[in-house]
Amino acid sequence: MTAILGSQSSAQARLTPSRTTLANGAVVLTSEQRALPMVTMSLMIAGGGRLDPAGREGLANLTAQLLTYGTKNHTAVQLGEALDFLGASLSAGCSEEAITVNFTLLKKDLDEGLRLLAEVLTEASFPPEEIERRKQAVIAGIRAQDEQPGQVAEVKFLEALFPKSPYGRRVEGTPESVKSIARADLTAFYENELRPDRAIFAVVGDVSEKEIVEKLNAALRSWQTKAAAKLSLPKVIPGSPTVIKINRQLTQANIILGHDGVPRTHPDYYAIQVMNYILGGGGFSSRMMESIRNQRGFAYSVYSQFDPRKYAGSFQVVMQTKNESAGEAIKIALADIREIREQGVTETELNEAKDYLIGSFPLRFDTNRKVAAVLSQVEFYGLGLDYLDRYPEIIRKITREDVLRAAKNYLHPEKLIVVVVADQSKAALQALDSGGGL
Amino acid sequence: MRLLVFVALFLAAAAAPAAAQNFPVKEAILDNGLKVLLLEDHKSAAVTFQVWYRVGSRNEIDGKSGLSHFLEHMMFKGTPNVKPEEYAKIIARNGGNSNAFTSYDYTVYFATMSRDKIGIEVELEADRMANAILDGPTFENEKAVVMEERRLRTDDNPDQALAEIANAVMYMVYPYRRPVIGWMSDILNLTRDDLVQHYKTYYSPNNAFIVAVGDFSSDEMLAKIKQEFGKVARRSDPPAVKLEEPPQQGERRAALKKEAELPLLSAYYHAPNLLNRDAFALDLLSTILAGGRSSRLHHDLVYEKQIATAVDADYEGYMIGPSMVGMTAQVMPEKEPAEVQRAIEAAVEKIKSEPVGDRELQKAKNQVEAAFVFGQDSIFGQALRIGQFESLSKWQLINDYLPGIRAVTAQDVLRVAKKYLQPDQRTIGVLIPTKESDS
Repeated sequence: MTAILGSQSSAQARLTPSRTTLANGAVVLTSEQRALPMVTMSLMIAGGGRLDPAGREGLANLTAQLLTYGTKNHTAVQLGEALDFLGASLSAGCSEEAITVNFTLLKKDLDEGLRLLAEVLTEASFPPEEIERRKQAVIAGIRAQDEQPGQVAEVKFLEALFPKSPYGRRVEGTPESVKSIARADLTAFYENELRPDRAIFAVVGDVSEKEIVEKLNAALRSWQTKAAAKLSLPKVIPGSPTVIKINRQLTQANIILGHDGVPRTHPDYYAIQVMNYILGGGGFSSRMMESIRNQRGFAYSVYSQFDPRKYAGSFQVVMQTKNESAGEAIKIALADIREIREQGVTETELNEAKDYLIGSFPLRFDTNRKVAAVLSQVEFYGLGLDYLDRYPEIIRKITREDVLRAAKNYLHPEKLIVVVVADQSKAALQALDSGGGL
Repeated sequence: MRLLVFVALFLAAAAAPAAAQNFPVKEAILDNGLKVLLLEDHKSAAVTFQVWYRVGSRNEIDGKSGLSHFLEHMMFKGTPNVKPEEYAKIIARNGGNSNAFTSYDYTVYFATMSRDKIGIEVELEADRMANAILDGPTFENEKAVVMEERRLRTDDNPDQALAEIANAVMYMVYPYRRPVIGWMSDILNLTRDDLVQHYKTYYSPNNAFIVAVGDFSSDEMLAKIKQEFGKVARRSDPPAVKLEEPPQQGERRAALKKEAELPLLSAYYHAPNLLNRDAFALDLLSTILAGGRSSRLHHDLVYEKQIATAVDADYEGYMIGPSMVGMTAQVMPEKEPAEVQRAIEAAVEKIKSEPVGDRELQKAKNQVEAAFVFGQDSIFGQALRIGQFESLSKWQLINDYLPGIRAVTAQDVLRVAKKYLQPDQRTIGVLIPTKESDS
């Protein structure tokens, strides 16, 4: 095989990421990329849905939703109009752990864009009529999610896995909790929790670090941390094994089985990732794809994942198969889990997994938007900017023993929570009914 | 599609233009008729390599729907040189991501890898252009996989299920009336001979083209492509699709009753493709109607009246055959689809009766132009856009795109609205949720 030229420069050399802090305490990561006249910004504000008070679930999300629906100087309609006129995309969202704002715009519009962003972060006005509109939209969004069987399965799985925890409920809250949120709740959350000392900006594109830091400092001068509150660590106690069956008029059973996982900062995170690549994470190279899709034609999509958050994590096997083969498909997935725990992996599997993870690593930041996402994750999880260059070595060092240990310690076939959204009259799940049938 | 990739979204979003105004694509045609389109882009350390076959569901006949898509799946079952499913594993262990997708008009195979490894993809694609086996014990299992794909994407997805039926009503003659994935009974009945015949007819170098975008040297890439694909023999040109959709004379309706949470309403209008001079105005028309929060349909239905949770309007200009402007609205809980339809009709009547304001037109142009620049952030997105233009006609049209958009006047938008948004030429689709079964 002839190489189409050239050796790879290091990721860090290519991206030249750098890190600094604004006058108001916000962290700024930058990567100057001059090829296109555009700038992408990703803002994370730590906190998010896990800060929702009991009975007000959905507060953080609703606050995020309302950021662009009215400020001191602009109505919701004016803000929408101004952003659309720039052809910019500005979206605010929320997870259990952070509020996020993603902003992409043309370089020529940077100053005006930053003015709008600053308004949104410092002068959001939460007009009562907009609060009502957004509440209706959020409640309708919950209904729309319930139309997607995969979503229903995911919601039920997380509820069972993380009972009484922010990780176990929808970040949108429930229709009832959303209705009960008052304007004062929103303004208090905005004042106290959307704080620059919890903020991470990642800015990638046609702008130097010096230029963007000056502009952000100028635009966000009035954004200051007001309260001294410290973020508490969430308590997460995983739920007990169970089987949950939801009946729907479907042709396929939507199946999730799994249990708790590890947080992103766990020392065994990388060994687990390599193990999971071989088990079910590695697309067409994974064992589950081979056993469930290729050998038996049971599913179009089947994968396993360890989904790591900052303070919790889950392990999930996700698949869809015609109702009639649900029981059989679950059995095969279980057999795959047991096999990797008992017998580990081959040297070839290990090497192929490592070759993919190391070789494809640069593809994870091959666009400005992906670079911005990676940089903010690096900061949020405290990985350090040299992570981009350390990653290959971290993976390279993993051995078959590490992978076996990861399988034994972090796969628990006796602890599974199983969710099946299906036409239960057709899904052959008797094995799951007999209690301990797994 | 072999694995979930959201190409439909790309198709909608990609209707946009460049920072560097012109795409400096280098073009070459091999002796066997294979066209090669290369765009160097050294922003990132990756190369995307795509083989486009000029065949899709458009080339299928009744009883054989889904054949192009099934063939796409079976192309991963190996050659005399590569074992079944080995292709994706080879790409993966060389640090690449690979996949494929099928549309009405084309079938595309691709991998994205670092420049020092992309030659492996070139070799593998050349091999399966000439030597795919398409048979063996994998045949029945893969057919079952495709049936699961259909259940996942369409049968258990109310919005998709409605779109499938609305298409079947909107098109009477043209093959776009059949779903790309195929009707379930057709998938079941497809044979090995069907696959082999389809492959022999359409998978020739003279019925394909290559698009590569990324961090490579064009001279070296072209040399490698010549070395590998030059070996593949030219074959006779495939038959042309001669079907024509007769003009629609009267509204058509399609209703679907299915378990769902929220009703969905769609309004499809016939329209010409991007080769027509009206295309630029149609693109801006759909942006004015539903591009962004301040667009007319969003403002009126979602914001003001709160009768829809989301609206969309897409001009599908890349289609080779008879194209369309499609509007959809997801209906708010407790609201009626009829009310949503009335509101859409009112917006349509308004845009047909009054020219859009200068600022509103400029806003739409800004949105299209910015999206064109943002689209160049991704090498995959750029390759897709080049391929779509080439599939339709020739890639050079990309470079006419932004100038064409900029030249559109308010009178143009008014004219195309009047011409194409006619009640007698639309198909209304309604998803009517039925009661949930007991949980």
